[in-house]
Amino acid sequence: MLKDITFGQYFDSKSVIHKADPRVKIVLLIFIIVFIFLAKNFWGLGLSALFILITMLVSKIPLKMYFKNLKAILPILIFTSVINVFYGEGEPLFTIFGKLDVTVGGLERAGFMALRIMLLIIASSTLTYATTPNDLTDAIESLLSPLRFIGLKTAVHTLAMMMTIALRFIPTLVEEAEKIMNAQKARGADLESGNLKEKIKALIPILIPLLFSAVRRAAELADAMECRCYNSGEGKTRMKQLKLHFRDFSITLITLIFGTGVILFNIFM
Amino acid sequence: MSNIIEIKNVTYNYTEDDIEYTAVDDVSLNIEKGSFTVILGHNGSGKSTLAKMMNGLNKPTSGEILVDGMSTANEETELLIKRKVGMVFQNPDNQLVASIVEEDVAFGPENLGLEPKVIRERVDEALKSVGMYEFKDSTPHHLSGGQKQRIAIAGMIAMKLECLILDEPTAMLDPKGRAEIVNTVLRLNKENGMTVVLITHYMEEAENADRVLVMNDGKFIADGTPKEIFKNVALLKSVGLDVPQTTELLYELNNNGIKVPTDVLSIEETAKVIGAFLEEK
Repeated sequence: MLKDITFGQYFDSKSVIHKADPRVKIVLLIFIIVFIFLAKNFWGLGLSALFILITMLVSKIPLKMYFKNLKAILPILIFTSVINVFYGEGEPLFTIFGKLDVTVGGLERAGFMALRIMLLIIASSTLTYATTPNDLTDAIESLLSPLRFIGLKTAVHTLAMMMTIALRFIPTLVEEAEKIMNAQKARGADLESGNLKEKIKALIPILIPLLFSAVRRAAELADAMECRCYNSGEGKTRMKQLKLHFRDFSITLITLIFGTGVILFNIFM
Repeated sequence: MSNIIEIKNVTYNYTEDDIEYTAVDDVSLNIEKGSFTVILGHNGSGKSTLAKMMNGLNKPTSGEILVDGMSTANEETELLIKRKVGMVFQNPDNQLVASIVEEDVAFGPENLGLEPKVIRERVDEALKSVGMYEFKDSTPHHLSGGQKQRIAIAGMIAMKLECLILDEPTAMLDPKGRAEIVNTVLRLNKENGMTVVLITHYMEEAENADRVLVMNDGKFIADGTPKEIFKNVALLKSVGLDVPQTTELLYELNNNGIKVPTDVLSIEETAKVIGAFLEEK
């Protein structure tokens, strides 16, 4: 059960999207999200869908990976669509419960909303599938670095360091949690049966040793970091420098063209 | 030869539940440049506390520790001392910072503010010298304990230290991992001329040292070459250390009237002296 917990869901299919600069990818994702929200009609949304479809194909990530993520938001998808069905204007096709009118406009609206949410999910999945958590951390640190001009230099560095350490220790702590669970089971702890309240209570003997060991690990890690001359990022350099390549400019250009297309459809269609 | 570390009448006290304990009791020791020193002792003998004082992680309650002439009590030279004397700890999991091997090794040099190109060279070199270069893109999580510990050592080598202190680096490893670490450390000392202080409770690891010290109750109770120390089986047993099986065998033979030399360490040598004794008969 614990093995399913993964932070980041990198899938290495070695596409051009994988190789692109993570900073570019984050900025472009924000831009894509904006133009998906800006699309007012099916023309614009269709163009966005075409763009997303192209990125899916280029990324070489298997379709079932995307479906996995879509399945997770299925309840939200259904809920949003059903609500929107009743908010359309125009002649009702039929009426249920004597009050709720289902119109052609409503159906269109529901489809529009569902498609929009699906596109948003697929776009962000592409980023997380095609970028390693480490790259994401580096990119976030780099993108936030202008904050140093307003006196937040250590804050940015601390945030990045925290993310790095969290990524490093998640598998270690998961493994430890499993060991503790097995140890408690061997002592007769019942973790599976009972109602919700009992199940939560059964977790306490697992969480306390886990927390205890995490604090001890943190103290040891602090010693080790100090031995390696860690000085809160003061005067720190990086071995791996993020560099922009030709492909980053091409990807940006293509995205910008599609974005402009969406806006043009908004104006003229 | 000059000394890299000078420990002068150092005492370390700590308080737990309002009771004061003395972990290190008026200890003096000089570590020569380029030497391989082993400090032996069972759990709670004060050896780890002493180790942590050698690069300023712990400050002595009284007495003084000089690293290359700089006192560890002086805050201004704290970073300079840590650039000279590095430390590897017991649990390999709790000293790796990054989730990619080469990025972890780069952590130290990055903190020193070196040029990216220089860091790259040092990282590659360090990983090669511990035999982990082909794992440079792996995640530490998927490696064995011995491999993780070698990466921790590589992280120290990449900082170009003069002295490496290892605080029970093999305590959590299996025999294979233990051999990997002992060989790596020995090579670092012999080939790269790095000063090594190895703290352990496995006597076998002291075999190749220049000098062995035995610690008990915060004091050194024996000091000499491995051969001199290992002969003293009764003393070692009295402080709760496990004597290597070969040494114990020769000791027991002597106790039972079979006079074989007791100052040999390896299995081969032991076999030879027993063989020679049998031939004489």
